[in-house]
Amino acid sequence: MPTMNLTVDELRELARTIRHDVLTAINMAKSGHPGGPLSAADYLTALWMNYLSVNPKNPFWPERDRFVLSNGHCSALNYALMAHRGFFNRGYLLTFRSLDSRLQGHPSRTSLPGIEVSSGSLGQGLSAAHGMALGARMRGKPQITVFCNCGDGELQEGNIWEAIMHAAHRHTDNLVCAVDWNNAQIDGYVENVKGIAPLPDKFSAFGWRVIEADGHDMDAVTAAWDLAVGGTPSRGKGCGQPTVILFKTVMMKGTPTFENIPGWHGRPPKDDELMVMLKELGYKYATPEEARAAMGAREYGGWEGNDGK
Amino acid sequence: MASKIEYLNGVLPSSEWKMKLTREAYGEMLVELGRVNENIVVLDADLAESTYTKFFRAEFPERFVECGIAEQDMMNTAGGLSTMGFIPFLSSYAIFLTGRAWDQARNTVDYSRLNVKIAAAHGGISVGQDGCSHQSMEDLSNMLSLVNMTVMVPADYWETRKMMEWIPTHEGPLYFRLGREKVPTVTSEATPFTPYHTLPVIGGGDGVFISTGLMTSRAVQAAEMLAEEGVFSRVLHVPMLKPLNVDEICAAARECGAVVTMEEHSIYGGLGSLICRVLAENDVRVPVRVVAIPDMYLMSGPPEELLGRAALTGENGAERMREVLGVR
Repeated sequence: MPTMNLTVDELRELARTIRHDVLTAINMAKSGHPGGPLSAADYLTALWMNYLSVNPKNPFWPERDRFVLSNGHCSALNYALMAHRGFFNRGYLLTFRSLDSRLQGHPSRTSLPGIEVSSGSLGQGLSAAHGMALGARMRGKPQITVFCNCGDGELQEGNIWEAIMHAAHRHTDNLVCAVDWNNAQIDGYVENVKGIAPLPDKFSAFGWRVIEADGHDMDAVTAAWDLAVGGTPSRGKGCGQPTVILFKTVMMKGTPTFENIPGWHGRPPKDDELMVMLKELGYKYATPEEARAAMGAREYGGWEGNDGK
Repeated sequence: MASKIEYLNGVLPSSEWKMKLTREAYGEMLVELGRVNENIVVLDADLAESTYTKFFRAEFPERFVECGIAEQDMMNTAGGLSTMGFIPFLSSYAIFLTGRAWDQARNTVDYSRLNVKIAAAHGGISVGQDGCSHQSMEDLSNMLSLVNMTVMVPADYWETRKMMEWIPTHEGPLYFRLGREKVPTVTSEATPFTPYHTLPVIGGGDGVFISTGLMTSRAVQAAEMLAEEGVFSRVLHVPMLKPLNVDEICAAARECGAVVTMEEHSIYGGLGSLICRVLAENDVRVPVRVVAIPDMYLMSGPPEELLGRAALTGENGAERMREVLGVR
């Protein structure tokens, strides 16, 4: 299945739109986590549009790549990326976190086709992603690549390191993990709450191939993804190691007034704050309703089946 | 007098029981299933010798995933494998699978409704000498509260084999509990396992023992003791606690007029709790006694003596039945 193959400029512009949608949806819900989605928006936009081989019109296509959002609180970003990849209508993002919406507060496999596994309880996604990658290999399909996104604070969870150890032990090279290395978590800066340094050395010592990149420089981002998938069997011979990309990022990136403030981990913007954020992203709206209107009708418009069981 | 007892469904009188391991039946059946179903994969967490997944490991090393001492990782790795169309069976001890890895079982496996089969060895307190840290009297409660989870407890070796034949045809998360010790073969090769139903073990109308797992053998012993006194109690074995066949439970209670439940689990949240709620909500107003592990941690000791310490015995079952029947 072809990816969208956007240019770097197109990716930059789309990441801006993604931020717009994330913030507007969270504001509408009066609930949600804007901080992580804005720090991961650039590199995950690049992944979803240009690297992830999926079929939005058939979310259960067996040969697809898999994406697991291990830090499930960044769900608004996951949903916005899916909408812009064509899984469902963009306007449906405005139902985020409302009763009976498929867009649960944290991703739910049984609610939304295209979510590979439910997440939200931190530290679990990488093990599940590794199980998928192993399963692809056991099926004789190592060309299926499994991508997993983790928060840096999430790396404080013990289960993560069990998965890191396991994937290296099995040389699971169709597994690629991205870490949103924004140094911010609910209670403050990661280095103060419970430091995870030296992160590159830790992954290296555990047997992973480590790539570091500026998570907001789209040239660097695409170069990092190219390097990462270049080591997977999907591009020929696998490198024999799982790969991690440590994306250096800034929480709330794109909204300078609010950047790098850990308090924005899980606080929804009020209307006036949303207007400042959208203005700083370059949108000239008079009211939040104008931002919502720009996103279109709120009908789902996606896959209705329940092949996820 | 005991000769008047009506043993049903191929169930044997206690004089004919042999002692066999449920976990060995599990290990044997994994291999048999693996030979005919290439989707069967098995995971273990450094206990393959003990859980008997070693048989599968020997024959299908390419479908065996050793996870090391990392039950949380194992639970979710199994979840991931299931999304690729495999039927993962994962094994460790009940306390670790349903304790340490409960969050993974709940949030990844059960909430996602993944097709993962959790085979928990060393359920209950009959683990014995290893002591409290390795005993599990909370696992059924932990698993019964998971929305999509099917929960089963086989009585013995033969029923474990029968359950294993059926499990791959079941879609969704499933938990079943095995023991450490050899337990009596109450059932025989001829005994059916019928999913979603209870198993009538002994006929009778003077109260009913409703039991699960190892304790079904104690319920049969209790019924045999009472028969010597001219009291013929029914024994209904519950291999599947969730979903529970409420109609069969209520009918038996109504027909027999008194209930004694028997399980190797805490008084909180296991079979006894379940039966009491079901009877109450269905207006089945019969006296009930619950034979289960009282609110206490057990200790090291020979399994039979531990079961005695918790009063998980045929004698206690019989005494509770006399109590509810008013025949003491």
